[in-house]
Amino acid sequence: MRRLFVAAAVLALALGAGAAQAQNKLKIGFVYVGPIGDYGWTYQHEVGRRALMEQFKDKIETSYLENVNEGPDAERSIEALVRAGHKLIFTTSFGFMDATAKVAKKYPNVWFEHATGYKRDKNLATYSGRFYEGRYILGQIAARMSKTNTIGYIASFPIPEVVSGINAMMLGAQSIKPDMKIKIIWVNTWYDPGKEADAAKALADQGADIIAQHTDSPAAMQMAEQRGIKAFGQDSDMIKFGPKAQLTAIINNWTPYYVERVKLALDNKWTTGDVWGGLKSGLVQMAPYTNMPDDVKTMAQQTEAAIRDGKMHVFKCPVSGQDGKAVECKGGTHLSDEQILGMNFFIKGIDDKVPGK
Amino acid sequence: MLLEAVLLTVITASTPLLLAASGELVAERAGVLNLGVEGMMIVGAACGFAGAFLSGSILLGALCGILGGAALAAVFALLTLGLAANQVASGLALTILGVGVSGLIGAGFVGQKIAGAPHLYIPFVTDIPFMGRVIFGQDGFVYVSITLIAGIWWFLYRTRAGLVLRAVGDNHASAHALGYPVLRIRALAVLFGGACAGLGGAYLPLAYTPFWVSGMTAGRGWIALALVVFASWLPGRLALGAYLFGAVTILQLHAQGAGLGVPSQLMTALPYLATIVVLVAISWARGRAGSPAPASLGLAFVPDR
Amino acid sequence: MRLVLERRNEQSVAVAVLSPLLAVVLTLVTGAVLFAVLGKPPLEALRIYFLDPLTEPWALQEMAVKATPLVFIAVGLSLCYLANAWNIGAEGQFLIGAVAGGGIAVATHGTGAGPWVLPAMLLVGAAAGALYALIPAFCKVRFGASEILVSLMLVYVAELVLDYLVRGPWRDPKGYNFPTTAPFDPVAVMPTFSEASRLHFGSVLALLVVIGAAVVLRSTLKGFEIRLVGAAPKAARFAGFDDKALVLVTFAISGALAGFAGVVEVSATVGHLQPGISPGYGFTAIIVAFLGRLNPVGILIAALFLALTFIGGEGAQISLKVPLDVTKVFQGILLFYVLACDTLILYRFRVMPAHPKAAHAA
Repeated sequence: MRRLFVAAAVLALALGAGAAQAQNKLKIGFVYVGPIGDYGWTYQHEVGRRALMEQFKDKIETSYLENVNEGPDAERSIEALVRAGHKLIFTTSFGFMDATAKVAKKYPNVWFEHATGYKRDKNLATYSGRFYEGRYILGQIAARMSKTNTIGYIASFPIPEVVSGINAMMLGAQSIKPDMKIKIIWVNTWYDPGKEADAAKALADQGADIIAQHTDSPAAMQMAEQRGIKAFGQDSDMIKFGPKAQLTAIINNWTPYYVERVKLALDNKWTTGDVWGGLKSGLVQMAPYTNMPDDVKTMAQQTEAAIRDGKMHVFKCPVSGQDGKAVECKGGTHLSDEQILGMNFFIKGIDDKVPGK
Repeated sequence: MLLEAVLLTVITASTPLLLAASGELVAERAGVLNLGVEGMMIVGAACGFAGAFLSGSILLGALCGILGGAALAAVFALLTLGLAANQVASGLALTILGVGVSGLIGAGFVGQKIAGAPHLYIPFVTDIPFMGRVIFGQDGFVYVSITLIAGIWWFLYRTRAGLVLRAVGDNHASAHALGYPVLRIRALAVLFGGACAGLGGAYLPLAYTPFWVSGMTAGRGWIALALVVFASWLPGRLALGAYLFGAVTILQLHAQGAGLGVPSQLMTALPYLATIVVLVAISWARGRAGSPAPASLGLAFVPDR
Repeated sequence: MRLVLERRNEQSVAVAVLSPLLAVVLTLVTGAVLFAVLGKPPLEALRIYFLDPLTEPWALQEMAVKATPLVFIAVGLSLCYLANAWNIGAEGQFLIGAVAGGGIAVATHGTGAGPWVLPAMLLVGAAAGALYALIPAFCKVRFGASEILVSLMLVYVAELVLDYLVRGPWRDPKGYNFPTTAPFDPVAVMPTFSEASRLHFGSVLALLVVIGAAVVLRSTLKGFEIRLVGAAPKAARFAGFDDKALVLVTFAISGALAGFAGVVEVSATVGHLQPGISPGYGFTAIIVAFLGRLNPVGILIAALFLALTFIGGEGAQISLKVPLDVTKVFQGILLFYVLACDTLILYRFRVMPAHPKAAHAA
């Protein structure tokens, strides 16, 4: 028995020595909240990671951990990447914020990037997308295309990103038709194709003829295609799932940001920061405008250009809350980024309540 | 017609639950508790999509789903019947394995789509207002699921083989003493359960939402397990339970769309709470008649000789 | 000729030792083949999976951290299962314990409350877990409703309760309306052994629970009652033991331990309440309970073993670039081997001549 242990130890040493070969590549780690096969949020980050490998080839080495729990496991998973020699680590969900901040404090020589959070440090940057910019355009298109004047909205969880998205869509819709209605169903999940399809059916049955979603799967798009109504894609271009239904889609395009940050890291010029990229930086992209008359398409393109060039802001003051009173305008001519990042009120014209308020 | 539309949605939502739970009911009636339904369903879903995508045929896809679920069940049978391993732990381990296997099978199919299962259309009959589409306009899986549960009822209560199966589940020692091959009957029941779970899983990417994403069963296997208990192992009540669960799920979505202003978490919790309340009421009404569970459920059987 | 199982008359010590070793050997061989098929160096893969976590102090500590909640919950569940009470809802009791205990941390946040906060959290967490577990137990003894179903359904309800609280009334006012409570104050955080380590005193408590449960089961009347009711319910009834009361008691204990695990977990490793505070601990613990043969010491070993497979699997994902699914398949196979080899302890194989009568028997 004893001899067996000795043999095992020797074997372990030999293997260990073999693995510890010189590494000059920059090791980059990704922490995903879902499986890469979700074809939604995590998949889009994975697209970014693959693009990095394509672009930088043997200058970098990348690893990822998928389906990482946002509770007790997160800190260990991030630290495991650090201990394996990763120097730049992207944690791609809000729930990783505290764990990322803790590990960043512990390892000041490693660079961290946390998506959609607000805690920053010397070696911890944050990044996110101004997805609400795209939703304003969706609202305008919906108002032009809807015959029942009702938008059906499949919402996941009442976090500010979702709430501001609903508001942006309604502001867009109201800019065309002030009396547009919206029906909202909270499915309490990011990710359950069956339930998303059921919610879409319920909305359609209640008279919505334009479906928008803030959940991950193409289920609602497929349903819209079957029912012969219109829908907007989410996370990626879903035209394949709704060739006659998709009007456009908001695409989360992380690749340019990842490429830029990796370049900085390779040149040793990485610094912390807070990037909230929108249509201008390309982080938020609109899929081609399809299944709509040319004048609607032109309108959408003009609005897109105006937002991109900074000529208009989605949350231009005054923004009226549900009680009809104007919300305090902290950003000068529009709501401040902080107000949008923490948005938990609905604007006038939405009948629903923000859950938990 | 809103009611018709709601009924159509309810049936779609209930069918995968009913299919998977039907199989588990038979397995449990034979005395085997297989907690791996979620694992068998997700493998069925992955195999089903892969089969349908590669062959272009929904029928072949469904067959692949059945085989995938049954293959996983065979592993479970080998372990718990052949080697008398603990059923509860083996079932949970089976789910872990199934989730992994499905991810590997499905990896190449993420972002692909197929044309979903066609719906029955009989000229004029399907067009009958109100109930026409509900009764005569479903996809094939729905009719299979209803036939299946009716067949199971007939088998369990109207055939000799069904009687033997129930005897095996209620008292394996006596059944053995009477000369019945306990383990072989149980193995067949487990395989049948896996096949049904596989078919229920395959329903998701073949008819419900015709594409594959990993983890798309989203916990439906656990609900199917709960439904078997809810039904007190009775086929008729199983169908009732599955449709009830589906109905509450869909109705809460409609209630939200109509803007009732109740917290969405409470709405989402409704199907679970309703299941508890109905079960307690049924159990109370039944009184002290004793547990309806098959008496040998979950117990390993190794013949003494 | 055919192989059949036969019950052993007495349990052999040699087999009890050899059976886990056989499982390990089978696992190593299968693992080597699996990784070779995937085009990964088999020996290195096995080293990353099994040896690295056992040779690095950091990984060993993380193993203990991961095993701690599993031990708490599985010990409680084992009492239930020994007494034939089927608590499947430990996940829900874990969450409710975390919510109730964490609620004290939220309520005292920023009030400068004294060191009583953490003990109070632990007590309230355990009590809440126990009360939540008593719902299915009560439905069982009063109405005869299946405890399996009620406890499982209550898991989903608990998830939604937590979800509602952290998105609504308990939301951190400074947290940009994200679904978390304010971070716990230092008096509400479980102390760790050192600044740099995540190893916390909850792990010590888990060890104490293992010892306590072992003593209770082996040498107290209650322990005897639990074992007797499970093994021979009729005899237990003759002996005057109340099986209904026992359902309530074992459910309460296992709920308390699960709730305790929940509050320990949020105060030690998470530091606030949020959705997703449990990576399915309540369900994993069911595997742990049976893997440990419903024996407290066995559960300790099983929990550490499962923790090893999680941490080794994570290492394999990082170093070998295999997807999570591969590590899951491997974990499943591993569990199968352990469960299968367990059979050898209770049964032995015998070669039987094939004659028509024997065909019936199998």
